[in-house]
Amino acid sequence: MNCIIIDDEKLARTIIKTLCDDVRSLEVVSEFPNAMQAIKYLNEHKVDLIFLDIHMPDFTGFDFVKTLKNPPSIVLTTSDPKFAIEAFQYECIVDYLLKPIATDRFKMAIEKAKKHQLIAKTSDASKTDKTYENDFYINIDRRLIKIDIPSIYLVEAKGDYIHIKTEDKNYTVHSTLKKIEEKLPESLFLKIHRSYIINLKKIIDIEDNSVLIKKDVIPVSRSKRPELMKRLDLL
Amino acid sequence: MEQPNLHYIEQLARGDESVRKTLIDVILTEFPEEQKEYYESLKKKDYKKIEENVHKLKHKISILGLEKSYELANSYEHNLREKSLKGQQDFEQILRSITTYLKTF
Repeated sequence: MNCIIIDDEKLARTIIKTLCDDVRSLEVVSEFPNAMQAIKYLNEHKVDLIFLDIHMPDFTGFDFVKTLKNPPSIVLTTSDPKFAIEAFQYECIVDYLLKPIATDRFKMAIEKAKKHQLIAKTSDASKTDKTYENDFYINIDRRLIKIDIPSIYLVEAKGDYIHIKTEDKNYTVHSTLKKIEEKLPESLFLKIHRSYIINLKKIIDIEDNSVLIKKDVIPVSRSKRPELMKRLDLL
Repeated sequence: MEQPNLHYIEQLARGDESVRKTLIDVILTEFPEEQKEYYESLKKKDYKKIEENVHKLKHKISILGLEKSYELANSYEHNLREKSLKGQQDFEQILRSITTYLKTF
């Protein structure tokens, strides 16, 4: 998890940074003495977790939370217990640490944040995939043929037609890559070239600018390569 | 009167001298600045600002293990919200005690 620290007091930021350094899975990517600077940063960067002081001049921690459209997990850090009830109003606030922060209590907050992240990711994944069916039908010579989606390993565009290659059989249909892309779950398929969509689970190997999928060697666009690498489960 | 200590800092540093030094250095830099700001706000009778200054200093008081002093600072902060300076002398005595302690580094 990467995180940022927002606190107007340098000592508080240094202490939280010290506590974070003891957690291997946590990386402090930046720290800010006020909420405005953090907002600017968050407009351009994505973070998993924010350690946020409530009591700051001009712009309080709660004011800051209200500005976030898609807030990451937030751990409040404060010397005042009186804001705890208000904190419950925000789903993104996973814990409330009282200063001076005890080491054990800090670790507990990190565990809570990790669970929160996991739930959020699972929920996102189900949102992404829930509209997809497991199969769809194609029309070939007035026959409707059922295609099992996970069995598709490659879709290739050729002029006004697309070739759908599955484990058992290949089909040629009058359609576009864009239309079929809408029917394929994003979690499983990726358009790696303007003419190709591949099933990520069926990749055998990747070499420079091409992937081997079954017996087909498919080119990967330079612009699609970072996304492809990101989606692979690298050791 | 209770004395400032480094128990919490030592606990955080876990024997790492560089971490200990970093934390002490931040206190040595930040405390005098915050103390100065506090007295400036006091001169201007800017209660909101004084309250903010006390709030920041309060954290240093707790970091230095001054539990009873922390409570005094807390009630002073509360009184400031009501535009009352009740607790000022006790609070400033705490500041003096910390200043003396920090001179030992």
